[in-house]
Amino acid sequence: MLSSLWRIAKLSGKEFRSLLADPVLVAIIVYVFTVAVVQVATGLKFEVESAQVAVVDEDHSDLSRRIVASLLPPLFKTADVIAPSQIDPGMDSGRYVFVVEIPPKFEAEALAGKTPSIQINVDATAMALAGNGAVYIQQIINRETAAFLTRSDQTGVAPVDLVVRSKFNPNLNSMWFTAVMEVINNVAILSIILTGSALIREREHGTIEHLLVMPVTPVEIMLAKIVANGAVIVGASLASLLLVVHWGLGIPIAGSVTLFVAGSILFMISVTALGLLLATFARTMPQFGLLSLPVIIILYLLSGSTTPLETMPDWLQFVMKFTPNTHFVAFAQAVLYRGAGIEQVWPQMLVMAVLGVATLALCRKRFAATISAQD
Amino acid sequence: MTDVAALDNVTHLYGATRALDGVSLKLPAGKMIGLIGPDGVGKSTLLALVAGVRRIQSGSVTALGGDMADARHRAACAARIAYMPQGLGKNLYPTLSVFENLDFFGRLFGQGRAEREARIAELLQSTGLDPFPDRPAGKLSGGMKQKLSLCCALIHDPDLLILDEPTTGVDPLSRRQFWDLIDRIRARRPGMSVAVATAYMEEAERFDWLAALDGGKIIGSGAPAELRALTGEKTLDAAFIALLPPEARADHCDVVLPPLKEGEGFAIEAENLTCRFGDFTAVDHVNFRIRRGEIFGFLGSNGCGKSTTMKMLTGLLAPTEGEALLFGQKLDAGDTATRRRVGYMSQNFSLYSELTVRQNLVLHAQLFELPEPGASARVKELLERFGLDAVADQKPESLPLGMRQRLQLAVAVLHKPEVLILDEPTSGVDPVARDSFWRLLIGLSREDGVTIFISTHFMNEAERCDRISLMHAGRVLAVDAPAALVQARGKPDLEQTFISYLEEAADFAEPKEAAGFSAERTSSAKIRSFDPARLWAYARREAMEILRDRLRLVFAFVGPLTLMLTFGYGISFDVENLAYAVYDQDNSLESRELLENFAGSRYFAQKPDITSASEIDRRLANGELKLALEIPAGFGRDLVSGKSPQAAAWIDGAMPFRADTIRSYVSGISQIWLAEQQRRRGLTVSASPINIEARFRYNQAFKSVYSIIPGVFMLILMLVPSMLTALGVVREKEVGSIANFRSTPVTRTEFLLGKQAPYVALSFISFGVLLATAIVLFGLPVRGSALALILGAAFYIYATTSLGILFSTFVRTQVAALFLTAVVSIIPAVNFSGLLVPVASLSESGRLAGLVFPCGWFQEISIGAFTKGLGFDHLAPNLLVLLAFGLGYQLCALIALRKQEA
Repeated sequence: MLSSLWRIAKLSGKEFRSLLADPVLVAIIVYVFTVAVVQVATGLKFEVESAQVAVVDEDHSDLSRRIVASLLPPLFKTADVIAPSQIDPGMDSGRYVFVVEIPPKFEAEALAGKTPSIQINVDATAMALAGNGAVYIQQIINRETAAFLTRSDQTGVAPVDLVVRSKFNPNLNSMWFTAVMEVINNVAILSIILTGSALIREREHGTIEHLLVMPVTPVEIMLAKIVANGAVIVGASLASLLLVVHWGLGIPIAGSVTLFVAGSILFMISVTALGLLLATFARTMPQFGLLSLPVIIILYLLSGSTTPLETMPDWLQFVMKFTPNTHFVAFAQAVLYRGAGIEQVWPQMLVMAVLGVATLALCRKRFAATISAQD
Repeated sequence: MTDVAALDNVTHLYGATRALDGVSLKLPAGKMIGLIGPDGVGKSTLLALVAGVRRIQSGSVTALGGDMADARHRAACAARIAYMPQGLGKNLYPTLSVFENLDFFGRLFGQGRAEREARIAELLQSTGLDPFPDRPAGKLSGGMKQKLSLCCALIHDPDLLILDEPTTGVDPLSRRQFWDLIDRIRARRPGMSVAVATAYMEEAERFDWLAALDGGKIIGSGAPAELRALTGEKTLDAAFIALLPPEARADHCDVVLPPLKEGEGFAIEAENLTCRFGDFTAVDHVNFRIRRGEIFGFLGSNGCGKSTTMKMLTGLLAPTEGEALLFGQKLDAGDTATRRRVGYMSQNFSLYSELTVRQNLVLHAQLFELPEPGASARVKELLERFGLDAVADQKPESLPLGMRQRLQLAVAVLHKPEVLILDEPTSGVDPVARDSFWRLLIGLSREDGVTIFISTHFMNEAERCDRISLMHAGRVLAVDAPAALVQARGKPDLEQTFISYLEEAADFAEPKEAAGFSAERTSSAKIRSFDPARLWAYARREAMEILRDRLRLVFAFVGPLTLMLTFGYGISFDVENLAYAVYDQDNSLESRELLENFAGSRYFAQKPDITSASEIDRRLANGELKLALEIPAGFGRDLVSGKSPQAAAWIDGAMPFRADTIRSYVSGISQIWLAEQQRRRGLTVSASPINIEARFRYNQAFKSVYSIIPGVFMLILMLVPSMLTALGVVREKEVGSIANFRSTPVTRTEFLLGKQAPYVALSFISFGVLLATAIVLFGLPVRGSALALILGAAFYIYATTSLGILFSTFVRTQVAALFLTAVVSIIPAVNFSGLLVPVASLSESGRLAGLVFPCGWFQEISIGAFTKGLGFDHLAPNLLVLLAFGLGYQLCALIALRKQEA
């Protein structure tokens, strides 16, 4: 047992060296945990924020001007006032997601109680924004119209004051979310590709066969790969989280960093094991590349780190429960944003551990079969 | 012209190592020229410089009457020089058949169909390969591979044939056939010059002119007889050693084998050992017993089952039948204790090329758990004994074959095993090093009682074994002491004996003498700077490779389809079934009515009620709830009395998009409830003063697939084509077939375009399949210009495959290529190209990140043609941008790819 650990440690040392020996690899690892995280965190907004709106004002009244002026940051970029002929080109080119059309005599008819119509054109291909954005614009127009008609800035006392509060991210700043999720997504990409290709490389170069005539078991070989690649990735992701996300981008971390590290290690084990498992299904590097790509993309987009799990059909949610990413995303959100403790996140940790062990067991089984297979 | 090539003061460095040190040498024309010398003295470098496949660092090299530093001259004489690199069949394509490999080379030299076929038929006939034109090159034995390599080199009638250790690792019979073949070709084409590097002195004996190298310098040159006369030695082997500087030959003396003491028992026993792969029997009921301390030699033609037998004895392969005993016990592959007693060296280099020589040794010492401080001393000792001191901190990649073999040997004996199983350990090792290695082996056997099981192609090594076994086609032909075998057969020496056994067993027919090359040499008359035929040769070969790689083909089609189905059904922005719970402290009619509106909504799914204020935090924190509704006591009373009571909705803000959506749902539901309340209370329903119509353009039904599927096209056609091409060039670098690009007239443009074309076609077919799926399965109409969509896809695929090629040209390893492609394509394609978030609402930096990749530009075409119904005019600018991306990437790839090796 002790000597097994010793061998794993030594083999891991070898893996470290191979990893660090390739400057391109090191450069990419640094890139994904620094520049890429900042790029995505600052570049990507999922909520309606600074959406580009245009208004066609054919009324030129106080009310219409009031509506134009009320479409304001942070929800919207200051609205452009455009001519009717520009609606189609503006929307076709994707420049405007929303175009509000205020018809002539809008104010006069509203004052006369004739219920005039106002139209909001929504680019429905921009799914993430379209629904929520349309609701917001409707609310704003309603509010402004009501205020205008009562000739006051107040909409009158509502019968009920429904206070909506967002916990954990009061301003719903999407950067909080995308920054951390990008780190997690990158962890998944790196783990799968690094460990999987390390195995394929050994097989293509015949070194795995060499290892197997020495007093080393397949499990030790696998664990060494997991330990070495995992340590690099956990270390890099933690550094990225603390230095880039927390310190650089100023995003608060609500929970315990230690707990997060513990969870990351479990996640590492299961996701690197997944990389190894994929590698046992491929013979050559080109095959592995094509096999791992769809898996990575599915994990990237469907684990809840990009779109909410609640948007997926039940069967897909069920399938995704068997991937470590889904649980790690839930775990990370709980610990980092909501400050959850181990008493709340142990189920996710347990599932990740079970998935990891199961994947490794499967790997081990496939390992023997692939080694003896003749090309 | 008396010299075919000349070097003047040529120095070549690899890092700090001097491979060639101010070498000046003239190679006579029309001769068979041999380069002899120990490993790592610069033989290969010299040949590569003459062939023009390596860049000249300093000094000048002329070949075939021109300066090899001049690219134009290199291009002009590429068709007149043939270069066969070191390594068994390294420049062959393993999945292509014998005929197809030759055909590929013929096409590279611009030969027409009739000429190719005539030449191939002749070459196959004269090399005895004619019975197997359809066998894949990867399945040929080592000797056959080398013959095929030679055929490939000879297909264009070169004026200068350069062979780098062509017979290393080839059995004696094949070796003899190989040289006979060269002789016949030379007889037919007397003008051809042949330059050969070799480690076999017996072979060097038959050459016309030799140059001996040591330490990057020429230490002697002339005809073999001249060299022998000069040194006064009888054999070339001895002459060479005499030429060496005194310090290099100081420890040289003849190898003597003391008699074997009668050992007790057997170390290795094979009983009816059999191994089958499918219906091919590699090893057929093999029996032998090796005594303890014995040196047992294993001889046989290439591919006769020697390596397979050895693998079974190490436990790497399980025998199909029979059994192997180690020290009287049945071999247990899983038992690590037996592994400690065995040292094994495989035929191919199998150590870590990314670790230095010393690191490799230290790692193995650690894996065998050699205790310190003995381990460090052992490593040091081995470095010295195997002459690896000078290169201890270099990586094996940069070392010549012979040095790498020594390292492997050092690793095999590191842990002082009781049994050594060595598979052609001295292949490619120079004579001096081989002798010192044998002294070491004999010492191990006679002094330490180590049993040695060794396979070799060197007859002088076989003679040093206690006993040898001759193997052919999976069967053992004879086992005895070498002298006894020679005697029994009545032949002059062991080589003749061995060959006679083989000829008897295999019924080898002498290759038929071909009538001479009748085909006209038309190919090299004029070298075109761009030849579609060469491009086609590469494209055709690449296409054949992928068509035979079923698994890759399946992945290339199934992967994209899986992604389309999963995302088509999986991604939407209709957030439903959000888990929520209520904390109703009022429990009045009014509060229950408000909550009923939530319970009835499909957007929300109710969980058990909350019973305390702290529970709100806890259940939100562990992610169970996404929304908690809190209604204070007295809510109903206050409402009725018009006091405008407060209610609170707590939303989990961890995921802003979801929180945003919940917020708008909550406000919608509460509006409906309010309206109801007012009507109930008999208040006049304050008719809304205005009427707001929201028109969802392009996608009236607001169906997710209409916006997701076009994005999936963008995503898949970015990732898969670039991944297909990303390994193309770097893989050839790792495998070694890049040598064909360097040594034939193919240009960079032809090479890159040829490698790219099949993948463009494959990706375009995949696009067709996806398009059909989108239309049929998801009912997605192409509302806009179908022409723009199809052209857009074609240009986009061109751009993404070019991007993959670009990555492939400048990375060094396949791992790096894979990694770079995955990261660089996934991040912008998913985030900055309008897949999930419209480009218009990205921040400035995000938009910029999207603009510098082709994906965002294609997304506009895809969504414009599918969903927005835009016409061709509208999308034309994007088409031009995509084309520009493709051209740009390709240009960069051309710049990054060097025709010559550094």
